[in-house]
Amino acid sequence: MTSSDTRIVFDGVSKTFDTDNGPLTVVDDVSFSVGDGDFISLVGPSGCGKTTMLNMVAGFMQPSAGTVTLDGEPIRGPGAERGMMFQDYGVFPWLSVEDNIAFGLKLKANRVSAAERRRTVDHFMELMGLAEFRKAYPKTLSGGMRQRLALARAYAVNPQFLLMDEPFGALDAQTRTAMQDLLLNVMGEVRKTVMLITHSVEEALYLSSRMLVISARPSRIRRVIEVPFPFPRTEALRDAPEFAELRSEVRDMVMREYAAQEDQARSATAARTQQA
Amino acid sequence: MTVSPSAGHGNAERSAARDQAPHRRSRPVPVMRWLRRVAMFLGPWLMVLAFWYAIRYSGFFEPGLIPTPGQVAARFWDMLSRGELLIDMYMSTQRVFVGVALGTACAVPVGFLLGWYKGLRSFMDPLINFFRALPPIALIPLVIVYFGIGETAKVVILFYAAFFASVIVMYEGISQISPLYIRVAQTLGASDFEIFYRVIIPLAVPHALTALRVALGVAWATLVASELVAAQEGLGAVIQDASAYFQLDTIYMGIICIGFIALAMDLALRRLTRRLLSWQERND
Repeated sequence: MTSSDTRIVFDGVSKTFDTDNGPLTVVDDVSFSVGDGDFISLVGPSGCGKTTMLNMVAGFMQPSAGTVTLDGEPIRGPGAERGMMFQDYGVFPWLSVEDNIAFGLKLKANRVSAAERRRTVDHFMELMGLAEFRKAYPKTLSGGMRQRLALARAYAVNPQFLLMDEPFGALDAQTRTAMQDLLLNVMGEVRKTVMLITHSVEEALYLSSRMLVISARPSRIRRVIEVPFPFPRTEALRDAPEFAELRSEVRDMVMREYAAQEDQARSATAARTQQA
Repeated sequence: MTVSPSAGHGNAERSAARDQAPHRRSRPVPVMRWLRRVAMFLGPWLMVLAFWYAIRYSGFFEPGLIPTPGQVAARFWDMLSRGELLIDMYMSTQRVFVGVALGTACAVPVGFLLGWYKGLRSFMDPLINFFRALPPIALIPLVIVYFGIGETAKVVILFYAAFFASVIVMYEGISQISPLYIRVAQTLGASDFEIFYRVIIPLAVPHALTALRVALGVAWATLVASELVAAQEGLGAVIQDASAYFQLDTIYMGIICIGFIALAMDLALRRLTRRLLSWQERND
């Protein structure tokens, strides 16, 4: 199973949480692997355990059973080689744009000289279109700009992986499309291995090389879709007929999972109401 | 104001432009706006004065029991010109200062620990709420027994009040720090120590400043109680002496002095906070 360029491996991973209503299994016996340079999207209903899977890669959580390994070693905690982007941006409000980007470069784990730090900060500010806001605090930035700042900050420490938890979920449709193109653009310059959680089938197909359709809770992998479109991708792909065809096929499949999750939530609520 | 070459970038552009204009205060303020600001500033005080006069001349109360603002102002001027009032103000301010400084200096680290460690918090919470509820005035006899009747005793009472008021503000604030920023720092490779001084401390500063502000308010409110302990000088002592001789104008003057000094300190602290925390999103 471990070929030379396999990086992250989920092997029989389950995760169970203790809740007031007894144990709740959110991830159930999931196995898959992520190769070097892959862009993997996880698509599935809310509350299905996608974020739990990503948190295990990030090192915020340990699996209850099975292993998550990075280059053959079990993941025990967070590390600078695995950058992460969150839906609510997580830009540091007390730091200016340039200090946010420089944050990681001042840490012992990736410290560089002041001159190199300035070069890196300038480079990513330019690349993400933030150069004119160098001294601005995040409170003055729009949602799209905050997310670009978060991306710049993650990229600045040059991680090998980028873990993205619905990074564009809070943005309006236009900004979201622009961010997707920006991401493809940046990826074209420095390729990363990416795991992306999203609700948008279109986003997943447009950005990723492989897409995992995750079932309703507990998470199982329902389908693996190899996205056949070559990189570098451009906006024209969105209008291509084969893109539209694949999108509608996958969307049907995903809709069924969302419906199942909905049923599950409804019967759980009904059960609780009966108990009470 | 600097005119941005490309409009349409929203408030970031505006604030960037503002940052580059160091003399924005020298921009002439339109007369109407200036007048409105003055009215907003004086309005509440004029209202209080009007209310005061209205009560005084309403005939519902014995006029001898309510000095006029003029009498109180005359009293103020009289005591000020004889120099004793300045000494009283100085003594009181000094006591409040020391009490608040010591109280907050202890409350910030203690509040931080309680806010950070949930277990410790639920363990200590009943104790803190017990001691917080005790009125400082009730502790005076014990304070006299253990600390005598000198300056220490007075500062101890102020310290007590300041500490328990601010420790709660501090730990409530710290316990609400979002774990998101810590996670972000972790994924950028921060060690525990780096998380502490690069993330937690900046996020704790606003709460420490609020704690300081609350402590200051509570200390001024406790001042008279603390000066019940055989104080010769101080605004609280002035009020107590005057009450022994039924000098109502002096009592009013003492109270008003306490109010204004507390207000001035609060304004100064608020201004400092706004400068230190210009990054914060505010709704005012």
